[in-house]
Amino acid sequence: MSELLAKIAECIEFGKINKAAPYPPQMKGQDGADEFTAKAIEEGVNAQDILTEGLMVGMQKVGVKFRENKVFVPQVLMSAKAMSTAMLHLKPFFASGAVKQKGTFIIGTVEGDLHDIGKNLVSMMVEGNGYKVVDLGTDVKAEQYIAALKENDNAIVGLSALLTTTMVNMEKITKAIKEELPGAIVTIGGAPVTEDFCEKIGADSYAADPQGLVEYLDSKVA
Amino acid sequence: MGKIIDQIKAGKTLVSDGAWGTFLQKKGMEPGECPEEWNITRADDVFDIAKSYIDAGADMIETNSFGGTIYKVEKYGLADKVFELNKAAAEISRKAAGDKYVLGSVGPTGKILMMGEVSEEDLYDAFKVQVQGLEAGGADAIMIETMTDLDEARLAIKAAKENTSCEVFCTMTFDKTVDGEFRSMMGIAPTDMVNTLIDAGAELIGANCGNGIEDMIGIVEEIRKANPDIPVLVHANAGMPVYDDGQTVFPETPDEMAVLVPKIVAAGANIIGGCCGTTPGHICKVREAVDGK
Repeated sequence: MSELLAKIAECIEFGKINKAAPYPPQMKGQDGADEFTAKAIEEGVNAQDILTEGLMVGMQKVGVKFRENKVFVPQVLMSAKAMSTAMLHLKPFFASGAVKQKGTFIIGTVEGDLHDIGKNLVSMMVEGNGYKVVDLGTDVKAEQYIAALKENDNAIVGLSALLTTTMVNMEKITKAIKEELPGAIVTIGGAPVTEDFCEKIGADSYAADPQGLVEYLDSKVA
Repeated sequence: MGKIIDQIKAGKTLVSDGAWGTFLQKKGMEPGECPEEWNITRADDVFDIAKSYIDAGADMIETNSFGGTIYKVEKYGLADKVFELNKAAAEISRKAAGDKYVLGSVGPTGKILMMGEVSEEDLYDAFKVQVQGLEAGGADAIMIETMTDLDEARLAIKAAKENTSCEVFCTMTFDKTVDGEFRSMMGIAPTDMVNTLIDAGAELIGANCGNGIEDMIGIVEEIRKANPDIPVLVHANAGMPVYDDGQTVFPETPDEMAVLVPKIVAAGANIIGGCCGTTPGHICKVREAVDGK
């Protein structure tokens, strides 16, 4: 059993989606996350273990390698694709409550900004680390974040921006959220965003990379 | 006037323009507005930007068309206006440029090929309409820029080569990794890009945006190690943006930029200009530095 979980983790780490996938070249022709996850369920491996000891282990490794610039966006995207393919097999177990997610993360690119590559990347990595993700899309206004926070108890919210001109909207949105929901936790990220900016606008946390955000979320739900 | 490439081959160092996006914002463009729509609705303001760089001494100016593919303008309901917006962009810069050159700006689509969001044909066709619009408006060269993915860059170059008679240039954007190496967001090193872009048909390559002109020196050195002959252009940011009292500012001053110009020329750059945060003031100083004043 643990060997199968190790295989699943490996497929996620290296972005091996399924047997037919040509990527990565060194795993060509081998089973992927899709096949190994199906097999694990067939063999009666606990679905929660598949998630936490297989899929999430792989995702964590990618997150760390991405932070260390050992891999770049393409590898992370392939890992995320492998993850989402494997997750399809776990869907019934999420629905039945047999598999529990760690918490809920709400994410959106802020008002005025239509860029979504970074936001999608973070969204996939947070999901791959065992969270339910509510993706509000791009050009998201303060009211939309607030409404989503009200709908999802104890959720943490993440604001994304790519442009120097739209990151300033993070301040307005953070203030609006805090005013309406004083206990809300607001995290921010994006190319021009810095720790210093985070402090100045009164957000709770800045992460320079998705792994940093995951570690922050883990510290909050633990 | 001849080709830009011929001037470089004749040994000239040329000066390009500075920022457009951050300049448009100073002129009152709000986040959420389509910059390319200004080519129609605020043509006078766009002309002012183009003209200010010519007045600052630039040998060439870009066009307000960075986000001019269908994948960007469709978000503003302008999907059927791609050709028109790009043509207008080039016409404005053409009018301002006089006997100087016009580089038709082409930025990334924001779509990721490897995720299957779009096909190679889709991207090629998107770039094709844009570059045809830019040529129709009077662009001398197509300036494909801020690329991070080699395949997207290659398709844009191909579309420009096969559908216009403009000179075709391409620059990519690199950041420094924790180990101090230069890589694009998609993991491409400056040396990785050289042969692919040249094979696709680029007559000039280089780097734009990034973290300021200092890093550009290292990037140019890497390109030069891989290819001693290809003309190289840099459009450098005025440093990394810092947040100050409700707005972001780019910290590098014109003098700070100009002082590094001799170094970047020594590294092998042939055309020097600015990207985000640079102003006509920066270009004026770059001009002086290039002229050895």
